[in-house]
Amino acid sequence: MNLHSPILLGILLSSFVTGLVIFFLKEESHRLRTWLNLLGAGVKLVLVAVLLSGVYRGEPYTFAIEFLPGIPFALGADANSVLFVTLSSVLWFCTTLYAVGYLEHTPHRSRFFGFFSFCVTATTGIALSANLVTFLTFYELLTVTTYPLIVHRGTREALRGGKIYLTYTLIGGAVLLLAVVWLHALAGPVVFKERGVIQALAGTRRGELQVIFLLFMIGLGVKAALVPLHGWLPKAMVAPAPVSALLHAVAVVKAGAFGIVRIVYDVYGAQTAAALGVLHPLAVAAGVTIVYGSVRALFQDELKKRLAYSTVSQVSYIVLGTAILGPVSTIGGLVHLVHQGIMKITLFFCAGNYAETLGTHRVSEMNGVGRRMPLTTAAFTVAALGMIGVPPLAGYVSKWYLQKGAIQAGEEWVALVLGASSLLNAAYFLPILYRAWFNPPPEHWPAEHRFGTWETNWMLLLPPLVTAVLVIWAGVFAESSFSPLVWVKLVAAREYAP
Amino acid sequence: MTSAWAMAWLILTPLVAAALAFAFPRLGRSLALGTAGVIGLAVAHLMRLVFANGVQTHLVSGWGAPLGIELRADGLSVLMLIVTALIGVAIALYSQRYFVSEHDDEALHRERYFWPLFLFLWTALDALYLSADIFNLYVTLEMLGFAAVTLLALAGTRAALTAALRYLFVSLSASLFYLLGVGLVYGQCGTVDLPSLAAQARSGPALWVALALMTGGLIAKAALFPLHGWLPPAHANAPAPVSALLSALVVKGPFYILLRLWFEAFPALMTPAVAQVFGALGAAAILWGSVNALFQPRLKLLIAYSTVAQLGYLFLLFPLAASREGGFMAWSGGLMLLGAHACAKTAMFLTAGNILHAAGHDRIKDLDGITHVLPVSVFAFGLAGMSLIGLPPSSGFAGKWLLLNAALAQGQWWWVAVMILGSLLAAAYIVRMLAHAFTRVNEPKTPNPIPPVMEGTALALALLAVVLGFASPWAAELLRVGAPVVGPIVMGGSVP
Repeated sequence: MNLHSPILLGILLSSFVTGLVIFFLKEESHRLRTWLNLLGAGVKLVLVAVLLSGVYRGEPYTFAIEFLPGIPFALGADANSVLFVTLSSVLWFCTTLYAVGYLEHTPHRSRFFGFFSFCVTATTGIALSANLVTFLTFYELLTVTTYPLIVHRGTREALRGGKIYLTYTLIGGAVLLLAVVWLHALAGPVVFKERGVIQALAGTRRGELQVIFLLFMIGLGVKAALVPLHGWLPKAMVAPAPVSALLHAVAVVKAGAFGIVRIVYDVYGAQTAAALGVLHPLAVAAGVTIVYGSVRALFQDELKKRLAYSTVSQVSYIVLGTAILGPVSTIGGLVHLVHQGIMKITLFFCAGNYAETLGTHRVSEMNGVGRRMPLTTAAFTVAALGMIGVPPLAGYVSKWYLQKGAIQAGEEWVALVLGASSLLNAAYFLPILYRAWFNPPPEHWPAEHRFGTWETNWMLLLPPLVTAVLVIWAGVFAESSFSPLVWVKLVAAREYAP
Repeated sequence: MTSAWAMAWLILTPLVAAALAFAFPRLGRSLALGTAGVIGLAVAHLMRLVFANGVQTHLVSGWGAPLGIELRADGLSVLMLIVTALIGVAIALYSQRYFVSEHDDEALHRERYFWPLFLFLWTALDALYLSADIFNLYVTLEMLGFAAVTLLALAGTRAALTAALRYLFVSLSASLFYLLGVGLVYGQCGTVDLPSLAAQARSGPALWVALALMTGGLIAKAALFPLHGWLPPAHANAPAPVSALLSALVVKGPFYILLRLWFEAFPALMTPAVAQVFGALGAAAILWGSVNALFQPRLKLLIAYSTVAQLGYLFLLFPLAASREGGFMAWSGGLMLLGAHACAKTAMFLTAGNILHAAGHDRIKDLDGITHVLPVSVFAFGLAGMSLIGLPPSSGFAGKWLLLNAALAQGQWWWVAVMILGSLLAAAYIVRMLAHAFTRVNEPKTPNPIPPVMEGTALALALLAVVLGFASPWAAELLRVGAPVVGPIVMGGSVP
């Protein structure tokens, strides 16, 4: 422990304490709850900024207390953690604002925001875990704290979605637990370290390590929605829009992807994993998922469902980048962790805005929404073009590095997958944009609400605009010193250092 | 204060308080609170001494074995005493308001007998965990059975009385088996003192028979599959604090004696086959209990079947701790699960009591929207559920982690499969309840008000069940003192 450890704890507690307090607030104390939420999110942002600059300067951050016999509950901050924790705290702030606007005048908001804060605590915990057992702890806590958010509406459909979600994630969690225990029985306490920690066993315990890797990928693949473990994701779409936004961009899906990154780079080590022959099957699984998700997205008329299948596809870019050996594809995969987050959260915010303001839930109802809601639709357009990979937006940067990395590694088939996926992305996003901007609006929207000056409630409008600006910035200023890309290059340099 | 005094306080305080509470019913509540305080202090003191000086023994009035009564406290005893004290304190607090808040003369009548019986039960448990010979264990076991059956009968309903009679029958015949076994052991070895029996290290057909008789009686009392039939009706029909006591503490007594017999007194008889049989019965209990819990119409029955399942986990300790590699891991893991289950199960039964109280029934399918009227209780139920499922960082997780680790290190993967399957089934029956609780209803019924202490106690125990995972290194260290199994607590270690 050192002087820096209070910052790590503070990052967790800023949302945990907020959640605790909010549980005990009366339903009517709307103003107090909103300020508490924003305060918690703001404090977290400041602390993360401090952490970011500290880690950049190379200062060590650690915190540990006793947990299991011989295995501490340990937090730490390496370059990977900082990447994920920054993403989640920035997007949490936006989503909090959005959720306050979205849930106005609905019941049980104290319960909602309580679990919402816990969910973010679990996510930041995943980012800051310094060993495998701590990671597992937060990973399971995330499962538990997300459930009440998914079933928040309490309808039959919501409960069914929640049940499917839990069935998938708890079984995934059990498989993950098995992998973690097994690895511990072989190797003793496992801490995350660049270039992995199990090289010594790779020669003698090859078979077992391969099986454990498979178990890891199944356990984490459920949350990362790798085909065929993705079934819960479209069903979980019954959750309120801010929850979907968080689930897809920051919390659950990302936790799975981040876990895969951790296992490959910081437990097995990319070189060792490649030597064990486990990376190639993972790359194939990611490739299949990318194409499959895009194809399914084509046929969804419900906007949120289309976005959900798009997530299935896009998250596997991260996995693909991780599964291909070489610094360039590592950069492509990791940077997409951030890029996919900001793009997808924008899309979900916008989808929520359409639903709340106009009552449109389906792509076929979106004729002319651009004229009624130009700002929202502009944000949607930026994010959708980014997803397709149009330069100079964020998605283009990811795809460019992935492509280059794959070719360097001699995996030409990946170029085909990426090309096909981009075409499919265009095929399911461009028709939406065409409808929104060029088709005439209908005489009546399904259920229209008016919110005064702006096209919708300002709390719903501001977050997607901010995240859309981030999408542009991450692409245009990719090579400046304040961009996700530059940070990711730091990670890659450390992983592949001689 | 010497350890002798601490042990004496642990047994005499509840005993005297029980007598006083019987004579002066009005004082029952305060006597229980006072007892809880004294026992808390005495246990803490005894624990300190055991940590500092190792196993503590005391010969009552100076008479040694084989004639005198010897009190003995090692790490295992102290752990059991701590668990008993924790649950005892919680029940003493919860019951301050439980009977009164029913606003009914019948309930007050029940309360009159509840306090002396509860304190007597506490006496029996403390005496059981401090006894060092198998005959004294018999006496305390009888006291325990008597208190438990009478407490159950307090509910006064037809269902409760039927269950109590059945429980009484099982309990008495099981005691008889146990006593027969004790007689045989005495005839063979000439002593009933646990350390002396261990020192003799004898075996032979007569001892096999004796041990089989005792074990049969004890597993019936501990409700191990397939002798668990009496448990669900008994635990489901008792008043809420009694259900909690029965599930969290009473069934643990006979399990504790089984550990003492097989691991301490007659380790030579613990062949791999015997260990595997215990494990197989435990595995069957896990699966059978969990599957049954899934289909129970009433919440309290669900929780009772969950007890059947969770008791099964404890018996996995036999095949895993008997092995040399990772034996101590399994030993401490199993005992941590015991403590975890005690906290979680008490929280659950107290929650069920609150729900029964507020809604007037505990039919799971009619509990839609109960979250909106009892948020704290449902939250407590969920937290306790986390520990039963074994999600980290709960104490249930810590226990399962150690058992899983030991099983994998020994290559006994079949227990791994059972444990993981059991966890998933536990998740299924807990979510089944929670899903109803979260269902939105348009017009929530106005519930009967619940005193805050009743919700608070349930929540406190549930929180404890979750955070006690962090106490696992401490528990392992405590269990080391005088443990009959050895070995490291961490496996592997090839990674720097």
